[in-house]
Amino acid sequence: MNQIGRKIFSAAMVLATLICAVVVLVPLISILIYLISKGIGSVNLDFFTHLPRPVGEAGGGMANAIVGSLLLIALACLWAIPVGVFGGVYLSEFGKGTMSSVIRFTADVLTGVPSIVIGIFAYTLFVLPMRSFSVLSGAFALGVMLIPVTLRTTEEIVKTVPVTLREAALALGINRFRTTVSIVMKTAMSGIMTGILLAIARVSGETAPLLFTAFGNRVWSQSLTEPIAALPLQIFAYAISPFEDWHRQAWAGALVLIGIVFALTLISRFLTKTRYQAHH
Amino acid sequence: MIASSRKSRSADLERIESLIKKGAPRGRLIDEAFRIFVGVLAWSSVGLAVLLFLVLLRESWPSIRQFGWAFLWSSEWDAVKEHFGILPVIYGTLVSSLLALIFAVPLSMGIAIFLSELGPPWIRKPLAALIELLAAIPSVIYGLWGIFVLCPVLRTVVEPFLGKHFGFLPLFQGPSYGVGMLAAGIILSIMIIPTISSISREIFLTIPTPLKEGALALGATRWEMIQLAVLPPSRSGILGAVLLGLGRALGETMAVTMVIGNRHDISLSLFEPAYTMASLIANEFSEATTPLYTAALVETGLVLLIVTLILNIIARVLVWSVSRQVKGVPA
Repeated sequence: MNQIGRKIFSAAMVLATLICAVVVLVPLISILIYLISKGIGSVNLDFFTHLPRPVGEAGGGMANAIVGSLLLIALACLWAIPVGVFGGVYLSEFGKGTMSSVIRFTADVLTGVPSIVIGIFAYTLFVLPMRSFSVLSGAFALGVMLIPVTLRTTEEIVKTVPVTLREAALALGINRFRTTVSIVMKTAMSGIMTGILLAIARVSGETAPLLFTAFGNRVWSQSLTEPIAALPLQIFAYAISPFEDWHRQAWAGALVLIGIVFALTLISRFLTKTRYQAHH
Repeated sequence: MIASSRKSRSADLERIESLIKKGAPRGRLIDEAFRIFVGVLAWSSVGLAVLLFLVLLRESWPSIRQFGWAFLWSSEWDAVKEHFGILPVIYGTLVSSLLALIFAVPLSMGIAIFLSELGPPWIRKPLAALIELLAAIPSVIYGLWGIFVLCPVLRTVVEPFLGKHFGFLPLFQGPSYGVGMLAAGIILSIMIIPTISSISREIFLTIPTPLKEGALALGATRWEMIQLAVLPPSRSGILGAVLLGLGRALGETMAVTMVIGNRHDISLSLFEPAYTMASLIANEFSEATTPLYTAALVETGLVLLIVTLILNIIARVLVWSVSRQVKGVPA
């Protein structure tokens, strides 16, 4: 090929890669436009304060599903975040040798386990013995998904704390426990929070692990051993229903859900930024 | 960098430990207690993973004993006669995921090259952030969009067009339903593009700049530089990225369940409804009435788990070996 031909070919390929990048934005923009145009009309005060209405009755909202999602996520965080964060601290501060590589590797592999399989896991451990779909089983399933992500991000963040800080603390006669908790973890706190928020953003849209654990509920749940509604479950149920009115509600629910997920993602981005500004 | 930082990390930890040993033994008890506490929490994640596998194995045992290997190649799924085989479901899972790769891999490569090498620097960051947004969208919302936006377009525009012009291929025959294999493949490809493109981009960024400068200095055009200096050393890393994307596609549940049509049939046509392992479990698990039915669904989950685990392990080893090998080159 001659000189000019090669240059033209190169330019054409640069253009082709640009087109790839633009093509991928098409579904993103389409999804966002549809969510807003179809959902915004039904997102009103009723949506946040009312229970779902039966078929045929207009109006109603997803109050129980929103509260249900928040409760499920809160309970999942309650047990899974300590495991993930302190597990990550262990890997960063004490993790040497092949044994900790086993933990790292398992965590990475656990991230790849299909969420529906985690649903079966929680079903077998909680729903079968308790003979009922429940809040607890749903919170367990979401927690299993939270652990590997928080574990690995915490390890990476805590590792970036300069080793001189630890040496200085130890030289002052502070014991290892206080050094790790009050110096190292405190320094890395905004980074750890970022990891936690990203993990929560990831699981807050999860539907598959809740299908046969939290199960969904058309009314308020009275206890942790009852089935409970969740926003993604409600969106799913409404989307596959044949009713026009429920479809509208599904779009509204989806708009609220994506608002929550994007907000969490943005907050964590903001935290990351301030952290780097503080250090550099 | 991963390998070298890990080595210096171990050195740091050892230095700290020797400092503690030399120093006063104040608070040794609480230190040990703390170390054991965090160690137990870290190991409990491994315990969970092992428990997950054992629980699935135990719960699927009735089905494994009843059907043996025939479970994998029988195509009969009859809840009334209690005969279960998942060949059509395996077929549906593989074809929908392969279809997703066919769409996603070339696009992801283009994006990764654009974002790491060819694109103007000012556009790279915002564009990468936008593509990462795709990864943040929950699966159920992809499904919602699939049902009400993608499927109607496929039914009224794309599938009639393909049927008219390429109808001689068995792939594009039959009526246009909208829902079906093609819809599932497209949705999956959108969902795995962020995974494949972001890992590939990171792999490309590990290529030492002197290699690229060398190619350019020898008179290569920008594209030839990509071909000569960037792509060859990244090959196994890209394979790893693709396998991670494949693992995600195989296990993806909600969006696929909502658009694939859910039918236990093997059909060559991409227009026909199909089924995947994950969507089978999602649809039928809470309706399973007999112990054997439930066991068959759990065994489907076990098969899915084993396949995705193997893929993930191979992929991680590939990505890890590339980042190590490239860093080994003195830059």
